[in-house]
Amino acid sequence: MSLSPLQLCLLFSSALFCVGLVGALSRSNTILVLLGVELMLNAANLNFIAFWRFSPSPSPATGVMFVIFSIAVAAAEAAVGLALVIAIYRHQKNIRLQEANRLKG
Amino acid sequence: MILPLVIIALLTIAVAAIAMTLRNLIHSALLLIGSWAGIAAFYFWAGAEFAAFAQVLVYVGAVSMVVLFAVLLTRRSRADLEVAPDAIGRGLGAMLAGGAVLGVLFGAVFATRLDVAPTAAPTASVRAIGQQLMGAHAASLLVVGVILTVALLGAVVIASTDREGGKEDAR
Repeated sequence: MSLSPLQLCLLFSSALFCVGLVGALSRSNTILVLLGVELMLNAANLNFIAFWRFSPSPSPATGVMFVIFSIAVAAAEAAVGLALVIAIYRHQKNIRLQEANRLKG
Repeated sequence: MILPLVIIALLTIAVAAIAMTLRNLIHSALLLIGSWAGIAAFYFWAGAEFAAFAQVLVYVGAVSMVVLFAVLLTRRSRADLEVAPDAIGRGLGAMLAGGAVLGVLFGAVFATRLDVAPTAAPTASVRAIGQQLMGAHAASLLVVGVILTVALLGAVVIASTDREGGKEDAR
């Protein structure tokens, strides 16, 4: 069977999402978990661009708009996440997720 | 037209997968930055130059620097860069969960008829994007600006709060 380019794009983003998912679930280093989540976010952005490129859209810039706003929110999320990593490090002197099990420091 | 997509996809996925299995934290971070660059290349391929530039500026430029700073700030010696081996059971569980999700997604993509008519690439010039941002999406743009401001201020507060001795001195 022959795959359309849109299907290839969707397969690409699915695979990337799953790589990020496995990384986020399996690693115990907080920074790597955060990077896995970022990878999943990027895979979602890929879908926006793929559907914008390969399907008729009412407005010519819709997909790009979605991706720009999504990237902006992801940047805010990354900043807060890494600040949390540094806060955890100051509390327990390492960033292993298994040891970050107290709500009150 | 298909071949560049396949090359970009395979390279990006391979780089990301290697990054998620490496032991060295710096190497993982650098490889993930490489995979973000691959995603920017995909945006270029799809004709979304503005999104590609945004991806390069925000991810390859800014987020990567923040990640590298976090890596360097949260270690005490060179040995800390080597991540200790993770639990086998958790790794297997993660692979199982990821494989299940991958199977469901691939099955859905293969089972869906997506043969849309090959449309010409929509063109989104920078002028059109700017007019959309300042016109139809002006309110969203303001909200995103507020979100970014609040998030960055909150990040500073979270990272600078010191609770030594039970009191916070950065408030």
